[in-house]
Amino acid sequence: MTYSQFGHMIPEMIILGIFIVVFLFDTFSNEKGKKLLTPLTTILFGLGTIAIWVTPASGEAVFGGMYVNDTATNAIKAILNIGVFIVLLQAAKWVNSDDAIVRKGEFYELLLVTVFGMYLMVSARHFLIFIIGLESASLPLAALVAFNKSKYESNEAAIKYIMTAVFSSAILLVGLSFIYAFSGGSLYFDDLAVTISQGQMSGLLIVALAFMIAGIGFKLSLVPFHLWTADVYQGAPTAVTSFLSVVSKGAAAFAFFVIFTQCFGAVYSDAWEWMMYGVIILTITVGNLFAIRQKNMKRFMAFSSISQAGYIMLGVMAGETLGLSALMFYVFVYVVSNLGAFLVINTIEEQSGYLSMDDYNGLHKTNPWLAFTMTLAMFSLAGIPPFAGFFSKILIFTSVTSTNSWALYMLVLVALINTIISLYYYLLVVKAMWISSDEPKVAALKTFRCEKVGLWLCVAGIVFFGLVPYIYQYCYDAVVNSIKVLDVIVP
Amino acid sequence: MFDNILIWFVVIPIAMMAGLGLCRNSGIKAIRAVMVVCSTVLLGLAIWLCCDFLLQRERGVMDEMLHVGSWMWYAPLNIHLAVGVDGISVLMILLSAIIVFAGTFASWKIEPLPKNFFLWFALLSTGVFGFFISIDIFTMFMFYEVALIPMYLLIGVWGTGRKEYSAMKLTLMLMGGSAFLMLGLLGIFWHSAPEGGELTWNILEIAQNNCIDPNWQYMLFCFTFVGFGVLGAMFPFHTWSPDGHASAPTAVSMLHAGVLMKLGGYGCFRIAIFLLPQAANELAWIFIILTGISIVYGAFSACVQTDLKYINAYSSVSHCGMVLFAILMLNATAMTGAIMQMLSHGLMTALFFALIGMIYGRTHTRDIRQMGGLMKIMPYLGVCYMIAGFASLGLPGLSGFVAEMTIFFGAFQDADVFHRIFVICSTTAIVITAVYILRVVGKLLLGPVQDDHHLSLTDATWFERLATVTLILCIAGIGCFPNWINEAINHSFTPIINALQASVF
Repeated sequence: MTYSQFGHMIPEMIILGIFIVVFLFDTFSNEKGKKLLTPLTTILFGLGTIAIWVTPASGEAVFGGMYVNDTATNAIKAILNIGVFIVLLQAAKWVNSDDAIVRKGEFYELLLVTVFGMYLMVSARHFLIFIIGLESASLPLAALVAFNKSKYESNEAAIKYIMTAVFSSAILLVGLSFIYAFSGGSLYFDDLAVTISQGQMSGLLIVALAFMIAGIGFKLSLVPFHLWTADVYQGAPTAVTSFLSVVSKGAAAFAFFVIFTQCFGAVYSDAWEWMMYGVIILTITVGNLFAIRQKNMKRFMAFSSISQAGYIMLGVMAGETLGLSALMFYVFVYVVSNLGAFLVINTIEEQSGYLSMDDYNGLHKTNPWLAFTMTLAMFSLAGIPPFAGFFSKILIFTSVTSTNSWALYMLVLVALINTIISLYYYLLVVKAMWISSDEPKVAALKTFRCEKVGLWLCVAGIVFFGLVPYIYQYCYDAVVNSIKVLDVIVP
Repeated sequence: MFDNILIWFVVIPIAMMAGLGLCRNSGIKAIRAVMVVCSTVLLGLAIWLCCDFLLQRERGVMDEMLHVGSWMWYAPLNIHLAVGVDGISVLMILLSAIIVFAGTFASWKIEPLPKNFFLWFALLSTGVFGFFISIDIFTMFMFYEVALIPMYLLIGVWGTGRKEYSAMKLTLMLMGGSAFLMLGLLGIFWHSAPEGGELTWNILEIAQNNCIDPNWQYMLFCFTFVGFGVLGAMFPFHTWSPDGHASAPTAVSMLHAGVLMKLGGYGCFRIAIFLLPQAANELAWIFIILTGISIVYGAFSACVQTDLKYINAYSSVSHCGMVLFAILMLNATAMTGAIMQMLSHGLMTALFFALIGMIYGRTHTRDIRQMGGLMKIMPYLGVCYMIAGFASLGLPGLSGFVAEMTIFFGAFQDADVFHRIFVICSTTAIVITAVYILRVVGKLLLGPVQDDHHLSLTDATWFERLATVTLILCIAGIGCFPNWINEAINHSFTPIINALQASVF
């Protein structure tokens, strides 16, 4: 092994660099200097995001093919980075509040570690690296969820999160050990792909795949592995909730795609196609039906994000280039739309403490811009043109139907009917804000500079990047030029 | 891109939204100025387009579509922004421009939040114009949905009565229709080219390739026809229409009944029948039954309603049913009638809803039992209402007569028993229409004054007169000179009829 191989891990190195700077600064600066921690981290991370966007991927598999840095992984990392950047903007006010200020260094450090873990997960081409990434992405998150440690809900949420996280990792590891047995002693993705395409189907493989779906499905909060979602989303600090709901989901979805379509693609119709039908239909439908009854905005967004995860999973069913690029584009749109909604929820919660949907009644009278942004975010999540959500949904549906199989058409029909259900509850929020004749509860709020930048980024993303196909084209080109699992040449 | 005149039909409404965005919420004068200028420009452009189209046809330009343009959008899936018009879309664009123009004046005094109202109104018109200029099914679908969603807020915020319920019902039903439609369109796209050919969303290319497998055609036809049929108020998917129209503010009812419901008919015609001719030939009977029920059932329902808006909403169900019914007859004469009926119904219903809005604004009731003798109090509005009513029941000289006459002439050409029975049943709707129209006219306009407070009411103001006169002129224009419409749309049916005949075994 030569150390120069680390040079190929540019995105990870950037995050690690920021982490080290933040950590040292936090440890050695005095009280006065700590004030600079928020701007320092945010600006560094912003620069890091730009750096990842502009640096071309090295396009090589290193460490004997355990890790790849190609255009596709680079693109999804760049997209997730935007999400993390918006979360940092959103958190800027909160980490400096009395509750959190003493631990604000920890917040940034833990956040950066999880991002690092997610990057490893995305780039992994060996299941050990994948597990390391998954674990380092989920354990610090438990600490983040418990961040408001004086609050009962926050602690409860953290316990729930850590228990389910550990349990699902255990299940995933059992699945992996079966796979290890099946493949005859290799955990490289490309070795597995070869073994599976040549080998016989066996019950062992099916069980192993079911365990893997369960393990990763937990991160994505797919039904029936979603039970932790609502409570954790509700209890965690809002900035952490928004991080959980978009960034960690996006990374897991990408990894899921790579593992299932490239590694286990050969046994698609034999082993895991029908499992995924069930999981997707359940995820979309259950998420939607439960969201209808929610009054607490954070629980509402939790169920909405469960059903959105189901739509993201449609990309896995599509497979191939179209599926992955539609999935990445969907993640991007989901990042800006969901974070736009969370920014509004966060602003209102921070300043007035209101979190219930009824508290949003008549919001447009006192806070027209917040109401406007929320409306755009809701429309985009519901898939209403001309906002980006429409394009991401349509592109993912189009790619799913590309094989012209009846079953997939029916799957899309279920998903389409579910968009109507989701439209109903997203419109409930719009109704509360614009139509309800009640006197507004929320007084006129002041949005802070960081939140404003975040809101503008989200609005720009929602309004422009559907009409301008730049991001989709970027994802598509990235996927076309990426290294598929079997292309990896093990040196 | 901008040298194509059609693009401007989308650019101007967007400019309208930008202009409104710059106005202050309280600056009602500036808001009105923006609306009037932009809607007049749109109307002028539409008239110019229409004249230009007629002249080009006169000169012997017989291309299927004129002003064709196509620009790549989402390259990996071959999605283009493709535009082009034939006679039918030209007339629809003209109709939309007229109604947007009249609607602007009909909502002159809208309250509260005039700026937001016109913003959504402009977004709605963007969708409508965009739909009619597109010949790419992806962009068509996008504009279709753009036109639907503003309805929710327009009805919810500015409506009357059970507005929250109606707005939600309307939005969900129409979006439900578009879910089926989307699936149909996806199927069309993935079958649009023969094995190995480049898949396309372009209507003209799909029709030329004409290679969709018959088994798939049946399913896709049902999906697309039902999808558009929901918006065309086809039985049993019409229930959003009465509630939605009754709760909507005036200008929105006008635009919705006048233009938006035509999107359904136009879509059935352009996509379901044109692209899936074989399924159209074989499955038309199912939908003939449904639309036949729409026609008669809508007319009967209108007879027993007492709310003016409900009466007109049910009459719209009946008349729009006639549009779909005529299209399903699959011959050129009936289809000509369908297009005329779209125009006629669009103008006439817009006039009706505008007048109802004006009457409601004065009397604060829409119940015909509580009003009477309005002809004495507001003669101008009374006469306009009568004209609209006569157009609706098909008095010669007004647009309704020409349209319905052509439809039933065409429909009677199919000589088998099934078609005959349904045509004869449907013609009864003409008589029933006369019943409910004359009942309303008798109660509302003639007879003794029911409420003494009504005596002090005033007649129409200048902007109301402007809105109504525009519409009445158009109605009478079509009624007296239907020939130019015939000329405009004559050639547009040739490809569709050819496709239909080619697919008969």
